[in-house]
Amino acid sequence: METPQLSSLYQQLILEHYKHPRNKGALDEPTVEIHMRNPTCGDEVKLQLRVDDGVVTEVGFTGQGCSISQASISMMTQQLAGMSVDDALELARRFTRLMHGDDEVARDRSLGDLRALQGVARFPVRVKCALLGFDALQEALNATEASTEGATP
Amino acid sequence: MSPRALDAAAVRAEFPALHQEVHGVPLVYLDNAATTQKPVAVLDALDAYYRRDNANVHRGIHELSRRATDAYEGARAKVAAWIGAPDAAEVVFTRGTTEGLNLLAWAWGTARVSEGDEILLSVQDHHSNLVPWQLLARRTGAALRYVEIDDEGRWILDDLHELVTERTRLVAVSHVSNALGTVNPVSALIDAVRARSDALVVVDGAQAVPHLPVDVAALDCDAYAFSGHKMCGPTGIGALWARRSLLEDMEPFQGGGEMISVVEREGSTWASVPHKFEAGTPNIAGAVGLGAAVSWLAGFDRNEILAHEQALSAYAMERLDELGGIRVFGPTRLEERSGVVSFTMEGTHPHDIATILDSRGVAIRAGHHCAQLVMQRYGTPATARASFYLYNTRDDVDRLVEALGTVREIFG
Repeated sequence: METPQLSSLYQQLILEHYKHPRNKGALDEPTVEIHMRNPTCGDEVKLQLRVDDGVVTEVGFTGQGCSISQASISMMTQQLAGMSVDDALELARRFTRLMHGDDEVARDRSLGDLRALQGVARFPVRVKCALLGFDALQEALNATEASTEGATP
Repeated sequence: MSPRALDAAAVRAEFPALHQEVHGVPLVYLDNAATTQKPVAVLDALDAYYRRDNANVHRGIHELSRRATDAYEGARAKVAAWIGAPDAAEVVFTRGTTEGLNLLAWAWGTARVSEGDEILLSVQDHHSNLVPWQLLARRTGAALRYVEIDDEGRWILDDLHELVTERTRLVAVSHVSNALGTVNPVSALIDAVRARSDALVVVDGAQAVPHLPVDVAALDCDAYAFSGHKMCGPTGIGALWARRSLLEDMEPFQGGGEMISVVEREGSTWASVPHKFEAGTPNIAGAVGLGAAVSWLAGFDRNEILAHEQALSAYAMERLDELGGIRVFGPTRLEERSGVVSFTMEGTHPHDIATILDSRGVAIRAGHHCAQLVMQRYGTPATARASFYLYNTRDDVDRLVEALGTVREIFG
């Protein structure tokens, strides 16, 4: 029944994350929190991180949206725990490249479940859905770095 | 001349864009509330204008300028007749509904609204009929009040006596809801407003003029705005009708060529209406295209267009109900609806619905439809919306429902 294109978009792993998102819920003591919306479709995420000594120790998110945005955020949070801020920024850069059709990145195992989203690149209008959580992540990490720099004269 | 019978299958033949495949399957176009496709009559009028008559209007002495001016002013007369305007000079060409409403908010609102005044809007409205007035309220210090909607997307008018007071300076509402398809009792509201205040009444007719008979004189509103591209015309052209006295009392919206009478060092005087509000070279081809769209649509009985769309809405709601797990928004009574069917599907985001439908060749809209207050009212971030026009058929609805079956299979 399904066309190949659709099945490349709606992979089982994506639907599974959509129905059972990981790390969904609010953190008790986040060090940074970013609220982001996609105004065209109403998708939204509140991403919370706890960053201690340059390492992401806890991640949580709340919000709602389409399967692509919610699965992408869930997969992202799975990869983040224990990552340094620099590595997390690198993850965001690599995933953004994947969404812009860079197939070389698709072989990158460090992306974990996020590789299942490769097919989104073939649906240009949906790329912004997949990037919503990562846009929030980059903003959160930049805010963290800025406040750390401010704290150490 | 008796109107042409509405045979949707025959009508389709006149719309080239409907005869194509997308993603390997024939297109089913159900996004008409966003914009409609264009018939050959409109495409030919645009082509002929540019090939033969193209010139600037109102100032040339030469033959082409005369033709362009005749075509432009001829289009204005057609639009005026189409909406029951008593005088063609009361029709201002705009870029669309949004510009018409902004024109009023600036040219009328800035001078006539002040702190302590009230502006009455409806939560049912499109952002284009909310944000210009919110900006006006911010500039002037006026207060905003809202007509609420019930569970079926209909205005709640029970407390109108509290909403409309002697401080109400403006009432701005839409004739037909773009997000829910509610056909509003505009005439009854206007009568009630007139009984209580001398507020200016502005109607957003973007979703009404293309689909049902509109007579601005009979409605007794003060101004009425709509867009050409939602009624078979080109994008970038629309019209604002306003009472002549209102247009004459207002200051200009934009300054420039075409809108002046005499320009001197210290100031200028304005051209007569409607030209006072049409600064710069207008969208001449757009107006010509809109005029052609009006002529083409005028061949049909508009009551029949509405009945056709309502019948498709009824059929779609029946088939969606069979499918189960679907919530349809808007009125249950068919006579209170237009050809808009907004819905959500349990467990599936509207955005995903739209992507899967697109892969099956079915074009719908998913999102908040520029009506975030409506989405907030019903506690949903977005809906999927199928919207019909005179060229849609029951087969189109069947294709929609079949594609929704695929959504079920994937998200099931």
